[in-house]
Amino acid sequence: MRRAAAIGIVLALALVAGCATRRPDEATPYAQMGGQDGVTAIVDDLLVKISDDARINAKFANANIVRLREKLIEQICAEAGGPCVYTGLGMHEAHAGHGIGAADFNALVEDLIEVMEARRVPIGAQNRLLKRLAPMYGEVVGP
Amino acid sequence: MSARAVRSLVRFAVAIAAALLALPAAAGDGRLLATGGASQIEGAAGGGLVPWAVLSGYGSDGQNGATAFATHVDSGDYALDALGVAVTLRNRVEFSYTRQRFDLGELQHRLSLPVGAFRQDVIGAKVRLGGDLVYTAMPQIAIGVQRKRQLDFDIPRAVGARGDRGTDIYLAVTKLYLAGLSGHHLLVNATLRSTDANQAGLLGFGGDRKSGRSLVLEGSAAVMLNPRWALGVEYRQKPDNLRFAREDDWKDAFVAWFPNKHLSLVGAYADLGSIATLERQRGVYLSLQAAY
Repeated sequence: MRRAAAIGIVLALALVAGCATRRPDEATPYAQMGGQDGVTAIVDDLLVKISDDARINAKFANANIVRLREKLIEQICAEAGGPCVYTGLGMHEAHAGHGIGAADFNALVEDLIEVMEARRVPIGAQNRLLKRLAPMYGEVVGP
Repeated sequence: MSARAVRSLVRFAVAIAAALLALPAAAGDGRLLATGGASQIEGAAGGGLVPWAVLSGYGSDGQNGATAFATHVDSGDYALDALGVAVTLRNRVEFSYTRQRFDLGELQHRLSLPVGAFRQDVIGAKVRLGGDLVYTAMPQIAIGVQRKRQLDFDIPRAVGARGDRGTDIYLAVTKLYLAGLSGHHLLVNATLRSTDANQAGLLGFGGDRKSGRSLVLEGSAAVMLNPRWALGVEYRQKPDNLRFAREDDWKDAFVAWFPNKHLSLVGAYADLGSIATLERQRGVYLSLQAAY
């Protein structure tokens, strides 16, 4: 009985994995986001979304939006595997002292996901980009 | 509707009201969609059968949250209903109360039993020891207790159960691997539980075959198809304390839907094995959760 159960679980997992692997996408998230134009459009959408997001827009009240846009495009392009070099501040340096909490970080992540979904970025590319951005949590969130 | 059912509903409504009143103004939704999991059968945040290290609701560090859930399982010869509420404070500690009603259905009919259902209360507490499901390299780790009281103990006593109360203690380790499986997020959970419960406590605690505690392992794996849909499987090892009937491990395969941070729905196919001499108890599991 227990062996049958174990086999059942393995089969179910294999089925799930099989469904998930049916569509291989080896291209970089950068390519799947539509290259430089796609990344730029996503950052522009994201900035609009942030300015409409009452949860976090106050945190950006004093930001230099032109510079923020330029650095975000560089950073997302670079993290997505594109041919860019991020030239902005370190994440800790840029956010220290701004009192950014877990809820603020997650609000931005949700806005980014919504923008990528609206732009029909494939889920695998979305998730691989999120995986690259997630380690920044520890540097951004703090007192 | 019987007077007993009405009392049960009133008690549930009072518990929900108390849970909401206990919530300070700072209820929040600062965590990502689906990261509060569903409500498992005993009321802790988790999958369907297994408690996870995640805490109920969507409150982040500085926020609180509450959930209420209803679950129905039809195993063929029996039915199990669970209604519960949970409150989570600052993504650190979760308190829950659940009333279970195990409808004896076919067994009552066959054995001409004087009662039609076994009820059980479960009061739970869970503390997040460390880690974050999504963001830290270390998995999220939590320790929890489930204090259980079986309310219709005459028959369980007659078939060899030792007591009507028991306490389960568990350690849960849960991690979401971002893009972990072919670009999809993969959730993996392992839970180690110390328990002397028979059929999770519905047939009492301890027995004539084994009266002491057992250490059992429970596991879950789920794939996020997208931010709102998950597919998964679970396995829950169980003790086998009673001589009169064999007890099997539980398992299920589920689909979970999180349309927003206030509602989630889990549909599953659960295999509960042999229960109180009736073999092959398997069927549909449905669970609805509201979060605030």
